[in-house]
Amino acid sequence: MSEAREQILATIRRGLQRGPLAGERREQLEARLAQPPRNLIPARAALPPAEQVELFVTLALAAAATVERVADLAAVPAAVVAFLSREGLPTDLVLAPDPDLTALPWDGQPTLHIERRAAVDGDKTCVASAFAGIAETGTLMLLSGPHSPTTLNFLPDTHIVVLRANRIVGAYEDAWSRLRERGQGMPRTVNWITGPSRSADIEQTIQLGAHGPLRLHIVLADP
Amino acid sequence: MHPTSQTFKANASAALHDAALQRALKNLKSGFPGKRAAAIAKLPEFDALRDAGRDLKNHVLEHLDFYLERFEAQVTAQGGQVHWARDAAEANRIVLDICRAVEARTVTKGKSMVSEEIGLNDFLAANGIEPIETDLGEYIIQLRHEHPSHIIAPAIHLNRDQVADAFHAHHGQYGFTERNENPRALMSEARQVLRQRFLNADVGITGANFCVAETGTTVIVTNEGNGDLTQILPRVHIVLASIEKIAPTLEDVSTFLRLLSRSATGQEITVYTTFSSGPRRPEDVDGPEQFHVVLLDNGRSGMLGGEFQDMLRCIRCSACLNHCPVYGAIGGHAYGWVYPGPMGSVLTPQLIGVDIAGALPNASTFCGRCEDVCPMRIPLPAMMRHWREREFERHLSPAGFRFGLRAWAFFAQRPKLYQSVTRIAARVLRWLGGRNGRIKSLPLAHGWTAWRDLPTPQGQTFQQQWAARQEKRS
Repeated sequence: MSEAREQILATIRRGLQRGPLAGERREQLEARLAQPPRNLIPARAALPPAEQVELFVTLALAAAATVERVADLAAVPAAVVAFLSREGLPTDLVLAPDPDLTALPWDGQPTLHIERRAAVDGDKTCVASAFAGIAETGTLMLLSGPHSPTTLNFLPDTHIVVLRANRIVGAYEDAWSRLRERGQGMPRTVNWITGPSRSADIEQTIQLGAHGPLRLHIVLADP
Repeated sequence: MHPTSQTFKANASAALHDAALQRALKNLKSGFPGKRAAAIAKLPEFDALRDAGRDLKNHVLEHLDFYLERFEAQVTAQGGQVHWARDAAEANRIVLDICRAVEARTVTKGKSMVSEEIGLNDFLAANGIEPIETDLGEYIIQLRHEHPSHIIAPAIHLNRDQVADAFHAHHGQYGFTERNENPRALMSEARQVLRQRFLNADVGITGANFCVAETGTTVIVTNEGNGDLTQILPRVHIVLASIEKIAPTLEDVSTFLRLLSRSATGQEITVYTTFSSGPRRPEDVDGPEQFHVVLLDNGRSGMLGGEFQDMLRCIRCSACLNHCPVYGAIGGHAYGWVYPGPMGSVLTPQLIGVDIAGALPNASTFCGRCEDVCPMRIPLPAMMRHWREREFERHLSPAGFRFGLRAWAFFAQRPKLYQSVTRIAARVLRWLGGRNGRIKSLPLAHGWTAWRDLPTPQGQTFQQQWAARQEKRS
């Protein structure tokens, strides 16, 4: 172990006037890490499920995302085509290599040119799938993995995210619970995304479209 | 960064006479405080969350050694590496060694105040590695060879015409030959220029708003997405974090996140909150191959157990800067080092010495707004007073100030004498002020009378009025 490490830890312990933690105190901390307690959660995060979906939509819109609700997952490809046409965007699409996404009826949309991969420079539009939506701030939660490359969330100009309504939870803590239930540990990257990228670094005036996507479009599919 | 805090008074005076700076500072006053107030009005639990945040961070500091060791173990278990740095020189050396091992030529950087604290950019450049700041504000000031003047809005001291000049001078090589003052166009220009730099960088360096001990995760909050492109495109991701950034669990970091952006920009949450754990997994199709965390001490461990321990609760939201009348009048550069405003006035003497930065804790009106708005309830004014006491004890304060304080103490300890002297002084001032009750100049009070007349005392002294009231009540 490095000398710097030992010296920093020793100075900390000298300041706290004790040696390395042991015994009961250590066990209490271990128990807290093993079963993390929830701290104060705002009331707005504890709404009934239907109202959570409404709150999610309201706050995502307030963060300058656009949201479209569709009846079911099968309706996603048509909704994507309609969005691209409305916005005057090209029909080249990078699709996250996620079996749930690729299984959708994209064949019914012959105008689309689809590639299934991570993002590269020059990609205009991508479609990814959210692990969860968090109502308390209108936030999407995406996990990195072979099915959901992180570059898709940042390189393309337009980021389209498919979210199933039953994946919307109230509080940040609820999203962590879902991640723990998944039982695969932490992925390399967890992205919480609330609206498209922006900056106020020039004269404190907010401008949308900084380094990340210029647009964030959420396709919210029931159930 | 070479400190100029010794010349704080001259710096402040220059700042007050800098018309461009004064114009830019108006954007601060009209922006952050109102947005913060609006965000908090929408969250009735905000004050209770501040209590929770304060208690959590106190818990972390009481067990900092335990949580740092756990954080290290969890980073390592996921294939990352933790490096411990006692000071700036060690931290710079560690970063350079990692860069050299992969023969890095360019390094992209997300915004990091720890990087400013250790002077990493100059160090890398001196060693043949080009650092590229990618946060829009940081990029602008890098082009201008400046340092940040604010901890979350580094270019807040600039106006759009100055940004336009900087881009016009540097972006011709990328085909942008027209000078443009439109903020939207300026941002788009930076986006296009920096995109290639993101893609070509060998190493990406970010800071960390939090380090989660439970999972070995580092967390950054950003709005631009530059911190993400910085960490997912290059082969190596280096995180610079100071040792007090620990949050025990994901639940705990959630509490801090509810406080941070509301206090900072008045957003419910920033656009991007990114949790990074280790390098890319074997099955991943993108992400960095190496993940390093540099844990910097630089004097912080010595604050534990002492009168400045509470300062280690700071989550760098900048609310104290945004609400400070002194910061609002002179901006950040006058403070002369990395951390300006009230939090800087407490932290800087600890990190670079009270002999160099002693003027900073004196740059306060003690109005108390910094403590009122601090999400972690840090008693900033009380700690500035601690520094003033230390400065006095170490005979660092100026002779005239010490003489004045001693003279006041002499009278204050002799109430009878104090009362008669103030009575006489009030009469003399009234006489000097003449019929219109104003004094235009007064020996030893030039600092006041150079700018405005001194109104003469009216009526009786406070002591006399108090005595009269007590008599009336009985």
